[in-house]
Amino acid sequence: MAPIIQTENISHVYSAGTPFELAAIRNVRFQVEQGEFLGLMGHTGSGKSTLIQHLNGLLKPTAGRVLFQGEDIWSSPKKTRAVRFQVGLVFQYPEYQLFEETVYKDIAFGPKNMGLSDGEIDERVRWAAGIVGLEGSQLERSPFELSGGQKRRAAIAGVIAMRPEVLILDEPTAGLDPRGRQDIIGQIREYHRERGAAVVLVSHSMEEIARTADRIVVMSGGTVAMDGTPREIFRRAEELHGMGLAVPEVTAVMLRLHSLGLDVDPAAYTMEEARASILSLKGGCARA
Amino acid sequence: MLKDITFGQYFPGDSLLHRLDPRTKLILTLIFIVTLFTARHVLSYGILLAYLVFAVILSGIRPGVIFRGLKPIVVVVIITGILNLFYTPGIPLWSFWIFSITAEGIRAAVFMVLRILMLITGTLLLTYTTSPILLTDAMERLMKPLKVLRVPVHELAMMMSIALRFIPTLLDETDKIMSAQKARGADFESGGLMQRARALLPLLVPLFVSAFRRADELAVAMECRCYHGGEGRTRLRVLRFALRDYLAMIFGIALGAGVTVLGVFGM
Repeated sequence: MAPIIQTENISHVYSAGTPFELAAIRNVRFQVEQGEFLGLMGHTGSGKSTLIQHLNGLLKPTAGRVLFQGEDIWSSPKKTRAVRFQVGLVFQYPEYQLFEETVYKDIAFGPKNMGLSDGEIDERVRWAAGIVGLEGSQLERSPFELSGGQKRRAAIAGVIAMRPEVLILDEPTAGLDPRGRQDIIGQIREYHRERGAAVVLVSHSMEEIARTADRIVVMSGGTVAMDGTPREIFRRAEELHGMGLAVPEVTAVMLRLHSLGLDVDPAAYTMEEARASILSLKGGCARA
Repeated sequence: MLKDITFGQYFPGDSLLHRLDPRTKLILTLIFIVTLFTARHVLSYGILLAYLVFAVILSGIRPGVIFRGLKPIVVVVIITGILNLFYTPGIPLWSFWIFSITAEGIRAAVFMVLRILMLITGTLLLTYTTSPILLTDAMERLMKPLKVLRVPVHELAMMMSIALRFIPTLLDETDKIMSAQKARGADFESGGLMQRARALLPLLVPLFVSAFRRADELAVAMECRCYHGGEGRTRLRVLRFALRDYLAMIFGIALGAGVTVLGVFGM
């Protein structure tokens, strides 16, 4: 199956020709498959944010091409604008972009720009609000009256309402309490399941990514450093440490047990796997 | 996009110009600007232009950066040039309908354009080689005598440094909000004047909200550290004139005086 988004060796240089010149990403070859849940990790300054802004045509690569469904997204201005609706991008701290008088109007901003009918807009706004758990009465309130977590969810609904085929989120849970984090991750998974859309989740939390992603891409120094299943990635704990990243806490525990001489799976990255691995060990000991 | 605006930006460096005391640079820039307005003759302009080029070379700032800084005023320069070209009275060299071009007009247009470009380049050079903090420090020191007249010099300087400090932050913020709204299909580039003005709403509302939030946070942070104005406040970096400052000052004043004298004699 062809990937839905693909970058062909893109590079991006900021402030070219000034003392502040900075190559944020270099020769990045990256793809998102139809309907997958992809985790994107990387240390601050590794180029993640620059990369994702290329995927919906907010940044134009200084070199290379970005393909959406096999077509160059920069082939015409019309195409670029169309891609922005099909590849939804939720920025970091999206609550700072709320501007309308009511939550309803703010969520409707995207669909309205798509030129949909009033009926269709209404249906989408209510559906998107439902997914992020905002209720009817909250839709008529000013977005500035909501709590931090609610604002964040309203902003995410504003992107989901466009029903993008690829949903990209830049650290959607940053600065929220554990409950708020769980809610948002759950809502993103629901969108993923209900629409069969591809999701790219940028996160610093290994637990979050380990629990949700089918595949993980690790960025470091402006290039793709690793690409594989969570199991493949978390097996390379040493390298991850070298890039300023960590493995999930469960994996760290299992690694330590392994290094102490116990025959457990050092790459287990979910609680269930770790439990099974330790229990099987216990069973083995009992038999011996 | 907005990051490419270099007006008023500081480029860190270690050239002679960077190391001069900010007060020296401020005074020299003022003298340069005043002198620029007394110049009436090719000779005066030549001397000032050479002086400016010399300063640019000393600063180590690449010419490309300066040209980029001049870009935003190109339209103003062109309009000024055209107005001077057509509206200066004199003996017409060429005329068509209500327009006529005079020798005086050409002269006035060329000088006016040169004057604006040199003026902007001079001030750009000041901000390119002086960090905003040093610049406001220098202003505070130079305005100190006004304290006698109860001018709140320290407060003004503090307000200015805060304003300068937040320009890049707000530009960054603008860029971010613009991207976020574009990701929802906002269109800032097409449509008529009214449509464009309305399209700015999704940008301006969040920008104001965040500016107020930042101001509030800063005020609280300052109060937490017991800020109470300039009374009895000492400095981390005390400005001191060095030999190079005296030399630069003598050179600049002599040059300014020379050109002014030339101007008085009609050159």
